[in-house]
Amino acid sequence: MGLSVEQIDQLFKGLYIVAGILFILSLAGLSKQTTARMGNIAGMIGMVLALAAVIAASVYESWAVHQPGIPAELAATRWSPEITLALIIGALLIGALIGTPVARKVEMTQMPELIAMFHSFVGMAAVLVGFNSFAVPPAGEGSDALTVHLVEVALGVLIGAYTFTGSVIAYLKLSAKMKSAPLTLPGRNVLNLVGFIVFFALMIWFTVAGVDPMTHAPTALGWVLIIAIAVIGFALGFHMVAAIGGGDMPVVVSMLNSYSGWAAAAAGFMLGNNLLIITGSLVGSSGAILSYIMCRAMNRSFISVILGGFGVDTGTVAASDEEQGEHREIDAAGAADMLMNAKSVIITPGYGMAVAKAQYPVAEITSKLRAQGINVRFGVHPVAGRLPGHMNVLLAEANVPYDIVLEMDEINEDFDDTDVVLVIGANDTVNPAALDDPNSPIAGMPVLEVWKAANVIVFKRSMATGYAGVQNPLFFKENTQMLFGDAKQRVEDILQSLSVPA
Amino acid sequence: MQIGIPLETLKGETRVAATPKTVAQLIKLGHSVIVEEGAGAKSSYPDADYEAAGATIGDRAQTWGAPIVAKINAPNTREISQLSKGTMLISLLAPGRSPELLEKLNKRGVTALAMDAVPRISRAQALDVLSSMANIAGYRAVVEAANEFGSFFTGQVTAAGKVPPAKVFVSGAGVAGLAAIGTAKSLGAIVRATDLRAEVAEQVQSMGGEFVAVQAEQQQSSDGYAKEASEAYNEAAAQMYADQCKDVDIIITTALIPGRPAPRLITAEMVATMKPGSVIVDMAASNGGNVEGSVADKMVVTENGVKIIGYTDLPGRLPTQASQLYGTNVVNLFKLLTPNKDGEVELNFDDVVLRGVTVTKDNEILWPPPPVQVSAAPKAAEAAVVEVEDPEVKAAREAAQAKASARNRLIMSAIAAVLVVLAVTFSPASFVGAFTVFALAVVVGFYVISGVSHSLHTPLMAQTNAISGIILVGAVLQLGSTDIAVLVMSFIAATIASINIFGGFLVSYRMLSMFRKEA
Repeated sequence: MGLSVEQIDQLFKGLYIVAGILFILSLAGLSKQTTARMGNIAGMIGMVLALAAVIAASVYESWAVHQPGIPAELAATRWSPEITLALIIGALLIGALIGTPVARKVEMTQMPELIAMFHSFVGMAAVLVGFNSFAVPPAGEGSDALTVHLVEVALGVLIGAYTFTGSVIAYLKLSAKMKSAPLTLPGRNVLNLVGFIVFFALMIWFTVAGVDPMTHAPTALGWVLIIAIAVIGFALGFHMVAAIGGGDMPVVVSMLNSYSGWAAAAAGFMLGNNLLIITGSLVGSSGAILSYIMCRAMNRSFISVILGGFGVDTGTVAASDEEQGEHREIDAAGAADMLMNAKSVIITPGYGMAVAKAQYPVAEITSKLRAQGINVRFGVHPVAGRLPGHMNVLLAEANVPYDIVLEMDEINEDFDDTDVVLVIGANDTVNPAALDDPNSPIAGMPVLEVWKAANVIVFKRSMATGYAGVQNPLFFKENTQMLFGDAKQRVEDILQSLSVPA
Repeated sequence: MQIGIPLETLKGETRVAATPKTVAQLIKLGHSVIVEEGAGAKSSYPDADYEAAGATIGDRAQTWGAPIVAKINAPNTREISQLSKGTMLISLLAPGRSPELLEKLNKRGVTALAMDAVPRISRAQALDVLSSMANIAGYRAVVEAANEFGSFFTGQVTAAGKVPPAKVFVSGAGVAGLAAIGTAKSLGAIVRATDLRAEVAEQVQSMGGEFVAVQAEQQQSSDGYAKEASEAYNEAAAQMYADQCKDVDIIITTALIPGRPAPRLITAEMVATMKPGSVIVDMAASNGGNVEGSVADKMVVTENGVKIIGYTDLPGRLPTQASQLYGTNVVNLFKLLTPNKDGEVELNFDDVVLRGVTVTKDNEILWPPPPVQVSAAPKAAEAAVVEVEDPEVKAAREAAQAKASARNRLIMSAIAAVLVVLAVTFSPASFVGAFTVFALAVVVGFYVISGVSHSLHTPLMAQTNAISGIILVGAVLQLGSTDIAVLVMSFIAATIASINIFGGFLVSYRMLSMFRKEA
């Protein structure tokens, strides 16, 4: 071909730009149901282009150093193009062989765990890329650029390490392999602060002593320092996420999503690769926005969630824990009866529905009641479940049309005109104490105002409190009736009663 | 224990304290039930149905001889003499107004539980007969009014001409008032209602009524009942009633304060201004009446043709329903009395509800009980005290806060801008280009995501996850390296990043294909 070396390099860069734009279009498409699938495809195409460009770039580099006329010591730094290609394809194949079946088989209820696990991969990859970038610094730069490069490496490794352990802890908590209660070490904020100060000190030392000033080769001390920085990142990630309770997981997961983006962006800075920077910052800022939306939904300050330990500082938890009166029970047949006589029904699902995998019978009840001309809708709280939008995915899985699944703000005013509300596995998100009791740990959090409906049926295993550890006055309201037992079992019982005409 | 359900002997009483359905529930709690012959006849519950539900049918002596007697009306002197010492009596007793009755029961050594002395707290609602009976009475009041009213309640346009809807005015939005509002509304009338407590306006509206406020200072209720009103308020209220009387066709008054004479809301002059054929139902007639000229248990027709109904047995006019609700209230009381569902009665005074209903025990009169605060009210009141702030001061403070935070934001932004400029100025050229891309991409990400639909958060996250697998680029470029450490590290990085890419896109795709619009 008649392309010069520069033109080939620019061809790759052009492909990167196209891929970057496709990624932007992909995220933009995902903001609406109608364009979401297109967005998904755009992302895939962008990724294919980016991969094609980077594979070509890597193989081309290996090819170029083996051309006649290139000094032998330079040629010795790269394998032949065939081996390079084989290595790349090998890595991709292994990744595809592991990733594809996992993605195919994963239960929608386990989506939070899967996503947390994926975040950890990005974090680990960022740490490794950082190490590599330190081992093989970009050629031919001045000492200023080298200092900047070392700062980028240190930051990239720290964020990557933080994302890795943070995501692993989030995964363990979400899959109940670790206690979801917040771990609260004494003076945890001071510990975090000390961690960051040590990091800054190490980073400055690293930029000064990390590389040999003459050869730009990494020194042994540099390796010790960068590994120490990684260890600090690991420790901070562990400590900060371990201090966040299970109820805050939606925020944590989207926060880690954001961090994984920043890690990629930091890698982009190290390698001077615009595609990585664009993509990383896109993901980083989108994750930050999502976390912010979540926090606003819980009326919690972003900072306090990141620093962890929610619900620990409020002394009134124990006081409000006691039962506040008597609750009334209802059986499945009674609930079915009530549903058949209703005109308008709203179902508010929570994490409990996901745990019990009750979404299928719930969807069946929905279609049965709708066939009777009863207006059935779903009200989903922004932080219901363990992942933003988790409930929507579960209901979609069970074939509930998305246009009857409404957000809190869309449906909150309709509870007044509703005959029956089914609260399935939700607790804190329907707690009137958030509005009534200024001392409640969840005070000020916007909630689904289910108690305004004529009747509320609460599906619950027992009278235990929710994640926030707060007793729920809803259960003792006179229009509330409790239906105890496994949510799925009870919903199936109702389904049976609905099938047999009384 | 055995529960006796006697036949009510009070003249005109049609109800009974247990129905076959509630008998079955009592038996479930471990009790046995004996029902006096014919006790449910007037409420359309034949003896056979009680037997089918598991009760035995007995004569008067057997029923009154049971260790627990549950009935509706307070026992008369002869009935009291049939009670043996230590018997538990459950009935309406009006303890505030009948000290002699309490004295008699006490002398007899009876443990008396007054169904009409249930504290007004939310968990006691399930056994509050005043509420359940008021609900029925409110319904029936409208039915009685409709019966006497010479026109439709609902408006119609017919071939024979246009019929305007009736206008109904309900005074007092307690349980009875709300029931009356709902019933009148469902018959098609235009319903207005008033109450001393301005906070019930919302409840009135929820029943389909229009709230008419008295234009004067209002008061809060601390014990769940409306209190007697102040002087200035009364004047304003009288004016409002006078205005309404001229306009409406039906008036239903429900203002009843337990143990006190009923407030006089509507005077004879106001009645005189009403249209002929109008109907007034005075639900407080038993306590003297809200309406001047009303007579308990009678219907009076005034000179100008207004009918004033003063029936006091409104719940009893729906005996089947009233017995069922009363019976359920009794069952709920027994649920508290027999927490272990073993038929053993336990009168636990630590429970404010049980303490509240018990008026005599072990030859001691226990009325009145220590005051019980309505659960939510005191906290709310405290909060209100803290919250009370002059609206103007508050507005000014909020404006100042908003201004301050806007200023802070501006200062922060300016500092950030200066820092960026400084950082870029003193950075190597290669960094500047990268930084430009970074800054722009962050802003693009912000705007792209801000409008995202909540329902798509999960797929979005999976997608961004897959996209951040792009870190693979960094690893792939180093994959040709002959440095073994670098090679191994980049190989691992490329592998796990590609798990992310394949898994993330696929999972996102899977989720998106599940979302479907309603066909």
